[in-house]
Amino acid sequence: MTDHSRAAGESRGTPYAPHTPETTAAMLSAVGADSEDDLFDIPEPVAFDGEFGIEARSERATRRHVEGLLGRNDDLTEFLGRGHYDHYVPAVVDDLASRSEFLTSYTQYQPEVAQGFLQALFEYQSMLVELTGLDVANCSMYDAATALGEAATLSQRVRSVSGDRVLVPDALREGKRAVLENYADGPGVAVETYPTDDANADLDGLEAALDDDVAMVYAENPTVRGTIEENLGEIGDLADDHDALFCLGTDPVALALLSEPASVGADVVVGEAGTLGVPAAYGTGHGLFVTREDYLRQVPGRLVGAAEDESGRRTYTLTLQTREQHIRRERATSNICTNQAWLALRTAIHAAWLGPDGLLDLAESCVTEARDLAERLDVVEGVRAPVHDRHHFREFVARTDRPAEAVRADLAEAGYAVHAVGEHEIQVCVTETTADDADGLVAAVEEVA
Amino acid sequence: MHYDQARWTEDEDRYEPLLSEKDATAVSTDDSPLPDDLTRDSLELPALSEPELARHYTRLSQANYGVDSGPFPLGSCTMKYNPKFTEALAGDARAALHPDRPEETAQGTLAVMHRLQDCLGRIGGMDAVSLQPPAGAAGEFAGILVAKAYHEENSDDERSEVIVPDSAHGTNFASAAMAGYDVVELASDDDGRLDLAALEAAVGDETAALMLTNPNTLGLFERDIEAIADVVHDAGGLLYYDGANLNALLGRARPGDMGFDIMHFNLHKTFATPHGGGGPGAGPIGVTEELAEFLPRPQVREAERSEASDGASGSERSERHASHETPTAGRSLEESEREPSEARRHASREDGDSSEEYELFEPEHSIGKVHGFQGNWQVLLRAYGYIARLGDEGLRDASAKAVLNANYLAEQVDFEVPFGPFHHEFVASAGDRDAADVAKRMLDYGVHPPTTKWPEIVPEALMTEPTEAESKRTLDQLADAFDAVAAEDDETLATAPQSTAARRIDQVAAAREPRLSWRSLD
Repeated sequence: MTDHSRAAGESRGTPYAPHTPETTAAMLSAVGADSEDDLFDIPEPVAFDGEFGIEARSERATRRHVEGLLGRNDDLTEFLGRGHYDHYVPAVVDDLASRSEFLTSYTQYQPEVAQGFLQALFEYQSMLVELTGLDVANCSMYDAATALGEAATLSQRVRSVSGDRVLVPDALREGKRAVLENYADGPGVAVETYPTDDANADLDGLEAALDDDVAMVYAENPTVRGTIEENLGEIGDLADDHDALFCLGTDPVALALLSEPASVGADVVVGEAGTLGVPAAYGTGHGLFVTREDYLRQVPGRLVGAAEDESGRRTYTLTLQTREQHIRRERATSNICTNQAWLALRTAIHAAWLGPDGLLDLAESCVTEARDLAERLDVVEGVRAPVHDRHHFREFVARTDRPAEAVRADLAEAGYAVHAVGEHEIQVCVTETTADDADGLVAAVEEVA
Repeated sequence: MHYDQARWTEDEDRYEPLLSEKDATAVSTDDSPLPDDLTRDSLELPALSEPELARHYTRLSQANYGVDSGPFPLGSCTMKYNPKFTEALAGDARAALHPDRPEETAQGTLAVMHRLQDCLGRIGGMDAVSLQPPAGAAGEFAGILVAKAYHEENSDDERSEVIVPDSAHGTNFASAAMAGYDVVELASDDDGRLDLAALEAAVGDETAALMLTNPNTLGLFERDIEAIADVVHDAGGLLYYDGANLNALLGRARPGDMGFDIMHFNLHKTFATPHGGGGPGAGPIGVTEELAEFLPRPQVREAERSEASDGASGSERSERHASHETPTAGRSLEESEREPSEARRHASREDGDSSEEYELFEPEHSIGKVHGFQGNWQVLLRAYGYIARLGDEGLRDASAKAVLNANYLAEQVDFEVPFGPFHHEFVASAGDRDAADVAKRMLDYGVHPPTTKWPEIVPEALMTEPTEAESKRTLDQLADAFDAVAAEDDETLATAPQSTAARRIDQVAAAREPRLSWRSLD
């Protein structure tokens, strides 16, 4: 007997419905039905009377089963990045975000009983406004790639003259480009690249690619190869000269230290907000989306605004919902509905826990840890690091004499995960969660390189 | 059952200030390891101690209503109780992999995904499943892109329209438009269902797909579904199933058997992962065999598959789909997974120590990607835990109790409930009362109100979905709240709520003069 049954002999059903056989019978009687089956208005030809073949388990057995499956994952120390970063998430984030009033609530359609979540989201938006220097942060994007897609379609809507191209660096992560292309396909936008030089934007190449039919220029800081982009102001100016939006891809940790997006002319900031508050959960992301007030009515997704209630007290509510799909339907700014609110809460708690000192310390460590590790790998025979003569943030590319794939595989055998990004190039990402393991990685590289 | 919130309205001192009102500090970046021209000048953010932070968010949580606080009958949102053990699963450190992990080192993660793909295929009657879309709306978008790719692959490029009934979720319209389609809205029939004659008039050479929710947002099963499928298919279009209401059908009917070609699942609704104030969710899509090659990349499959076993498994399922036949006893997951590799398998299913190898692959004509990585993986994990816990009988019973609860509650409420018979949700009409006012007054009775003013087919709609998680006692109390409000005067309704943390909020003013960060506050 599993723990399915609340009473001995009762047939097994969902353990999460509170009904006893007696109340079920009383309720059926109240609605004038003989059985639950009678309530289903399904024509016989399409009714399903087979089985899925999924065997029920007790809670204990389910946990054992799933934990057994997960136990098949190798225990590797991950020096992996390229757009998805593992920072230490303080225990207070798990604890507070797990309070069930947050965790089990829904979209704040009744703000009078959702002030807590709304205030937390308002604070999340506010911290992003402080970090970017722009005016409007939303709190509902899936991840960096989809936020970039939404930025591209926004650029189409807000641009005064028609334009049907967006320019992205040729080194853009392939997954991001694939998502962007799907978002761009509907409104008929072409995704094209501009060249990079030593991992950063090639300004001459960008200028040559620019024309008045470009709706948006996208650049990243740090770049996918971990370099810090040195020409953001110039990229912003070039975009501006052609009446194109300048969209900057980044994340909240990088924003704490690197050039403020508003100061380099960014019109939209996208990226991965989940670098704070979200563990490396196999790609679970949380999109960052911040823009200028000029584009407020075209912003996709949820916005929380300050409001007043009848007693004159400051309160919070979802606002500008006339942009959204439940009101404007096919004319909505996007199909974004409910999505990442709980992750935004986690990001907010993490950012507040760090505070300005902690966040800046964390960002600075992303520079120094990467620099130190690159220097240590550079002295290993058969390795040169970093490949790019740039400042780096979190990660860098190293050149290996041996084929990169072989180095990667051998390092995995030794318990360390790095990216193979070229025939003789590996990429290494170090954060505070892996900094203590750098000795081990260096020793392993000495063995296999 | 009164749910007590922190009553800040009555006590000025208990009002929870903003973080920025507590202690904001600016720090300089002058000592940073980078040259000045690469850094910002300073950073100004709140600076709080951890104890202050713990109180801040604890108090915020106390001013928030969740399913664990009380009933949350938001129609079409499926706010059911979420078992706690799935949270423990989601927090498992062995699940927290970087998405670029080499697949040979992520076999546990891939094993969970493969099993979830398989379970969803069985539940939906679909031949192939992709777990990538990070939300239901993202699933719709991905599904419509699959339809588009299918038509393009067949050189059927002139199809420019997607048909959506007026009762559909707003995301259907937006998702179809995002994919570049013109949306043709279909008025419902007098009985609240799809109007077959109107559909016949609307379909044609330009029809790419019909997006349909079944049961629809009025809780009504589209009984003409076979005829609907024929009309769409005869015109060369595809039939898309919006899975938002799947909780009503588990083990009773399958979209694949009804003739749907593409569907999305809302894992966070049907398969119980917490809604987290609005996400994260997950919106996997399922498709028939002929559309499998268009699914987003990457997908998970068994590695080292022998051709014979793969072919047998695939064709058996597609035959079942084609003939709309259902096996009297489906093969268990364990059986079907064991067959190809009986000799290699040694461990019991309970500890999941299978020796099967999994790999990622790219479907031949994949639409590409709708998420940078693999979607919201932790939601996938929770959903798999939920499905593995309930099994066939539990899933079937969940639907039974959800439908029973909706029917029972509808029977109890004093407001008129047009249409029927309905499944897991019903739409009552507040008649000459303002549905929004009714909702606000319900808050005073300590319950969360239903979805209001939608679908628009019903005047002053109160769209109610109690889910299977509510007891008869709770439903009776919920009905009492409905009925008490129905009996009250307009003035009482218009000035509600009186007993919540915040009084009625002026949303019109908030939209007219948006204040979206603490910089915009006085």
